[in-house]
Amino acid sequence: MNNSNLNLLIGLAMGLNLLALGTSRLPALIRAMSVQGVILGVMPILMERPDWRVLLVALATIGGKGLLIPGLLRRAMRTVQIDRELEPLIGFVPSLLLGAGGTIAALALTHLLPLLPEHAGMLLVPGALATVLTGFILLIGRTKAISQVCGYLILENGIYLFGLLLIHAMPLLVEAGVLLDLTVGVFILGIIVDRIQRAFDSLDTRKLTALHE
Amino acid sequence: MKSLLLILVPLVAAAVALVLPGQRRRPLLLPVAGLIHAVLTLWLFVDPPEVEAGAWLAFDPLARAVLPVVSLLFLVCSWYGVNYLRIRAERPNRIFIAAMLAVLGLLSAGHQARHVGMLWIFTEAVTLAAVPLLHFNGTPRAFEATWKYLLVGGTGIALSLLGSLCLGYASLYGGGDGQLTFVALTGQGACLSRPWVLIAWVLLLVGYGTKMGLAPMHTWKPEAYGEAPAIVGAILAGGVTSVAFTALLRVRAVVAAAGAGAVADHTLLAIGLFSMLVAALFLLGTRDFKRMLAYSSVEHMGILTIGASLGPAGVAAALFHVWSNGLTKGALFLSAGNIRRAAGSPSMDDVRGMSVLTPHSAAIFVTGMFAVTACPPFGPFFSELKVLRAALETGHGWATALFLGCLLLAFFGLTRVVFGIVDGRPRPATKAGSRRFGETAGVILPPLVLLALSLWLGLFTPAMVSDAWTAAVTQLYPAP
Repeated sequence: MNNSNLNLLIGLAMGLNLLALGTSRLPALIRAMSVQGVILGVMPILMERPDWRVLLVALATIGGKGLLIPGLLRRAMRTVQIDRELEPLIGFVPSLLLGAGGTIAALALTHLLPLLPEHAGMLLVPGALATVLTGFILLIGRTKAISQVCGYLILENGIYLFGLLLIHAMPLLVEAGVLLDLTVGVFILGIIVDRIQRAFDSLDTRKLTALHE
Repeated sequence: MKSLLLILVPLVAAAVALVLPGQRRRPLLLPVAGLIHAVLTLWLFVDPPEVEAGAWLAFDPLARAVLPVVSLLFLVCSWYGVNYLRIRAERPNRIFIAAMLAVLGLLSAGHQARHVGMLWIFTEAVTLAAVPLLHFNGTPRAFEATWKYLLVGGTGIALSLLGSLCLGYASLYGGGDGQLTFVALTGQGACLSRPWVLIAWVLLLVGYGTKMGLAPMHTWKPEAYGEAPAIVGAILAGGVTSVAFTALLRVRAVVAAAGAGAVADHTLLAIGLFSMLVAALFLLGTRDFKRMLAYSSVEHMGILTIGASLGPAGVAAALFHVWSNGLTKGALFLSAGNIRRAAGSPSMDDVRGMSVLTPHSAAIFVTGMFAVTACPPFGPFFSELKVLRAALETGHGWATALFLGCLLLAFFGLTRVVFGIVDGRPRPATKAGSRRFGETAGVILPPLVLLALSLWLGLFTPAMVSDAWTAAVTQLYPAP
């Protein structure tokens, strides 16, 4: 049991939340998200008794959230040729302030919740709440599809953090969370497919006007 | 075994659809799988199997009370689907048919899930499987609708996972051994940690409520129902929403066992009335008859939720309403699909005089509209009457008044749009376009059958069906 190491990692993940909220550049957002994914994947290994099911979750998380999805997102970003969030609905400074306020509120709120003695010293619950909130701010406050997908992923990371509380008692629920990555996959597929379709559409209409004239 | 076949047969058929060549023969898989599914469901309905208490998946009384109408709706819609896909032969249908069948299989699994995790997994899978259905038309608007559905629905699904985890923590904190079947959770009863149960309830209500389309999480519905083919709208409104509703019923039973039943009922009543109000107001404003059906669906999800908040009698009435609403909505969606295709536009600004151009569809559409606004003697009239009676008997006077007020507003809204497109003289442009669309028996009979079923359900509710509803209520409200 090394609570302090775990708490350090959770603290890092929470710092990455603020980084994600404050940046306008999509590559930086994707990087923050993928580093967070890797950190999250390492955590269950650091927790007590890593059996094969836990290792599997860890590997799937590092592979999915840390490598595969960020890679797909970068590809989508190249396809749609957008690398900046220009007109966010919630500005970058306000989102940062909201995120920071949310983190403090999450820390305060956790004291009100009943926790098992072995979880009392961990930052998992406030970390989860703050990350879910960050995800929501990005989902609501950003207009570009890729930023929204990143927001969704961060929301998902928050849920995963909370799930770590239950990884030994009910691993099935935590494993089920990997399915959320599938949703993200469909999102990204959507962006790419839409782009390709639009490319064809515009080609077609140009052809049609050419024939008319 | 048979209950597993309900899940496996459609999934196998979906896999077959993916590999089967032949764009023209492939649609036949829909009615074939639908028929097998319906026969199996009927068999299980008449001869319900013994349910092991700890089973993760089983055809339990709640599944028995809802799954038959989903199966029936799918069967009739698949008949329509064959004819629809024949008209739309220009669109590739491989993915569409596979997704349709997968949705049926996953719905059957979701209805039978007796485990918090299983329930979530299947709801998530249904959400994803429905994506290609919404995108069938391939237009930019359809893409936008699909995107919105995924974004809102995906967030809802994520929140319901968080809620499931909180429920798990409530059980762990109360000394649970990691068993997450609804039976085990209900068995823990008051040992469940109350704060965590309440957090779980809020998250699950928002999460599964998004899937049902309760206001204010309904925003994906108008776009999705407006852009998707009619048959998809019918299955989403009558089938997919019902799995989220039974999920809420199952969770409510756990929350009630933990001693927070009153809180759960108050929130259900509030969100149900709010949904009805929002839907009624939007119905007064919408000019698009497919979006109108979406708002009407929001309204009826509100009625279901209100029923669920009113104790045993209310839940029985709500289960009745799942049946009557599913069948009637199916008839409305399918006939609206015919009108939409003949008219070439879904807006009442462009469309009028459809009683001349598509007389049969228009007649079904108008009758269906009266049925869904609770005019006797159709199913919704009787089920809504039962909800009202449950509300009055439990002393919810002002809620009853608001309920009736919303019904009246919705009636105004629906009649305004429906008569707007049915009455009058058709526009020349619409006339020319509608010549290409023939009202064949294949697209007229399915909605007619659904309407007849709704009528039959209202006038002669079979004792066996109402017994199934009572049995489900007994499962949800175990005698102390």
